[in-house]
Amino acid sequence: MSSRGVRPNYPFSAIVEQEEMKLALLIAAVDPGIGGVLVFGERGTGKSTTIRALAALLPDQKVVVGCPYGRAPEELHEGWDLGELDEGGAKPKVVKRRVPVVDLPLGVTEDRVVGALDLERALASGEKVFEPGLLARAHRGFLYIDEVNLLEDHIVDLLLDVAASGENLVEREGLSVRHPARFVLVGSGNPEEGELRPQLLDRFGLSVEVATPQDIEARIEVVRRRDAFEQDPEGFAAEWEKDTAKVRRRIVSACNKLGTVAVSEDVYRRAASLCIALGTDGLRGELTLVRAARALAALEGKKEVTDQHLRRVAPLALRHRLRRDPLDEAGSGVRVERAIEEVFAA
Amino acid sequence: MDTASPGAAVWRQACVAAALFAIDPAGTGGVLLRAAPGPARTRWRALLAELLPDDAPLRRVPAGVGDDRLIGGLDLPATLRAGKPVVDRGLLAEANGGVLVLAMAERLSPSLAARITATLDSGEIVVEREGIAARAPTSFGVVAEDEGIAEEAPPPGLSDRLAFHLDLSHLSIRDIPDPPVAHQDVLDARAVLPAVEMPERALRALCTTALAMGIASLRPPLLAARVARAAAALEGRDCVEDNDLMAAAALVLAPRATQLPSSPEEDAPPPMEEERPPDQPDAGEPNEEPDAEQGPLEDRVLEAAAAAIPKALLERLAPSRRLSRQASTTGKSGLAKRSLRRGRPIGSRPGRPHAGVRLNVIDTLRAAAPWQRLREQTAAAAEESQRRRLRVLADDFRVTRFKQQSETVTIFVVDASGSAAFHRLAEAKGAVELLLADCYVRRDQVALIAFRGSEAELLLPPTRSLLRAKRSLAGLPGGGGTPLSAGIEVATTLALNQQSRGVSPLLVFLTDGQANIGRDGQPGRAQARADSEAAAERLAREELSALFVDTAPRPSEAARSLAARMDALYLALPRADAQRLNAAVRNSRAA
Repeated sequence: MSSRGVRPNYPFSAIVEQEEMKLALLIAAVDPGIGGVLVFGERGTGKSTTIRALAALLPDQKVVVGCPYGRAPEELHEGWDLGELDEGGAKPKVVKRRVPVVDLPLGVTEDRVVGALDLERALASGEKVFEPGLLARAHRGFLYIDEVNLLEDHIVDLLLDVAASGENLVEREGLSVRHPARFVLVGSGNPEEGELRPQLLDRFGLSVEVATPQDIEARIEVVRRRDAFEQDPEGFAAEWEKDTAKVRRRIVSACNKLGTVAVSEDVYRRAASLCIALGTDGLRGELTLVRAARALAALEGKKEVTDQHLRRVAPLALRHRLRRDPLDEAGSGVRVERAIEEVFAA
Repeated sequence: MDTASPGAAVWRQACVAAALFAIDPAGTGGVLLRAAPGPARTRWRALLAELLPDDAPLRRVPAGVGDDRLIGGLDLPATLRAGKPVVDRGLLAEANGGVLVLAMAERLSPSLAARITATLDSGEIVVEREGIAARAPTSFGVVAEDEGIAEEAPPPGLSDRLAFHLDLSHLSIRDIPDPPVAHQDVLDARAVLPAVEMPERALRALCTTALAMGIASLRPPLLAARVARAAAALEGRDCVEDNDLMAAAALVLAPRATQLPSSPEEDAPPPMEEERPPDQPDAGEPNEEPDAEQGPLEDRVLEAAAAAIPKALLERLAPSRRLSRQASTTGKSGLAKRSLRRGRPIGSRPGRPHAGVRLNVIDTLRAAAPWQRLREQTAAAAEESQRRRLRVLADDFRVTRFKQQSETVTIFVVDASGSAAFHRLAEAKGAVELLLADCYVRRDQVALIAFRGSEAELLLPPTRSLLRAKRSLAGLPGGGGTPLSAGIEVATTLALNQQSRGVSPLLVFLTDGQANIGRDGQPGRAQARADSEAAAERLAREELSALFVDTAPRPSEAARSLAARMDALYLALPRADAQRLNAAVRNSRAA
């Protein structure tokens, strides 16, 4: 048991129900610019399992061989300050790799997040070499924070900052590095352990609330699959690979289609009236709503966004942007539903 | 070894649990061991050590362990000696293949627990600290020792992952005969375990039972399945049988029941949480279990689990939890009260010192140490006099981090007695909700204690969660006598308890001060008054900050003098309304 290496992740396609969480992650995979996903829910709902499953699900990406920042070939000439690590050679070699899903370990220190001088080389030869951190590793992929409500505030702030700007700036020992760090930030947490600071909430693009399935057959299925996985992780993953490949093809085709999906004037109008009805601040809500609907249409292979798409993504895009009213018994999800009924009835 | 005392049965269960855990520590997650220090705990520990294979490590995690010891980090002396980074393996890596024992798990901070559960879930330890990036597979079981004081309990996220929840707190020395399992049994079972089959109907029975007992998380039935496998292996069988399931249900599911299973005649829709996300309409109305499939196995497993619900839990399955009045008040003294105002120091982080942010000299030097050689070279060109000095740059500065500088808990202590109770309770409810909304931005917490009849109850343990607050407030009862001294004592206990965790408490009493139930629960004004004065003086001796809101129609002398004894701020609010109360609390905290 202890001798074998790290076990494979539980396959994405084998996750029972939790459609909303899966949808949010697929949307972020198709349109990484959506602005991150927040997953909140009770214990034992498979939050982290689903998010960690992304790594094996996503289609491979091209990367420049030896680039410590995981850049794509087309990113080589973007003009960054990469210290001595620049791989700007005339003919860079390119390989395919898995999309990184970087798990931010709790107890992580700031130097490992942003990167710092390479300690080993500083000690051994007195050389000043920048060693990229987790932000570089997550470039073009996902950065996952489990228990986001327990992470040190100063690190959360730092991550949100970089996630929003897409670049990481480090100044140390007279070394100055600026490298690309575009990633989808995914946070998860349990509301019973304390709520997230409200100022963090609306910096995530989509938010999902998860609960354990109440239907006995679904519950049995969850336990049955999980048990089979624990008994033989490799075998289980292999058994589900066909379904996983199907989802993967859907993502690839959606990525290709995304640019061509049409959004009509009507859809913009609906999105705007929905946000007005809910009183969400700023334009980020509307923008995210339309983007998410477009990604959903692409996932369904449709040529244009319809009301149906808007309706399905509205709770994801808006529920965490409502003003908090602690005396309102209804959850924010219910308020979004009510607003949808009103706006779409008109 | 016969079933003479109920204690002996508990002990036998605990021995079986130790064996099953020793068979599959990582698979079953672990043991939550609620027990005061004493012979029962000592024997159980010895038993587990005896049952585990000889090469399985057993590591103790002291309460309040730092990240460098738990997760691992840079071994600075070795690093400087070797001239290259040397990694100090943490306890999580050292426990690989064995057992991690958490001392005083009830004091475990949520973030420490999260580090442990993340490792349990992923089966590897990832170190990203102090210039080190390392990962190693590790799997272990956890024994979380809970000394069972008052309402303290280990973080629920941890308990959820531990299959066995044992309570040895009421065992006496007579109850603990020799254990029925031996070292060799465990070794034999470990050999059989990988081959043990789990029939489909077994999983179904465990899931049905868990749901019928109101267990929302899906981990318990899964853990029960592993325990059933271990139980089969202990018997040397390669297939899970009904007895194994019943044993697993009794061990894993029974202690987690949140409701009593209803009798089979009523078709019992499992009343789970009310607040379902609206996007799962089909999940709202769970149907009764499919009758065709409902074999007798489900019933027997459920019966076994129901019969094993501990007596104390049976009593607690009532809507509210009770805080024992005699609860001890450990950890109260010796604490530097002054520093608590600023929270407990919890390590350091990079940053520049400025007003109110102190430089942590040791950590700054630690941070600077590995870079000395590099800087030596850079400075070599500089004048000779600069050499051989320690070179500390601004980047090395570390400032002391305090635990949530402004973390406070506001404890409402509400007189729920007599005729005015309903009115006052409604006010307090409103104020708690307002205050919660007001302070969750600042991550403050609130708690609610009500006293009525002959005792005081903790209706809402300290929380920041609007969700939990709303749920507990909904069922706030009222009426009966006024056991004021009990209210003050329970509140004092909770406040000290919180203070020992580094949270500053503020007590808010809402009462008219007219006690009529004594400390012993007997009626009698004179005694009740003397008792409540004594309790108030004790509160004052502990230097707890308190606010006394007199809710009598006219300000009374009794209330005023009680407030003075408490050293509390006195406030007459004949018609306390939620808004004014909230404002008063906010002002007194700012003071």
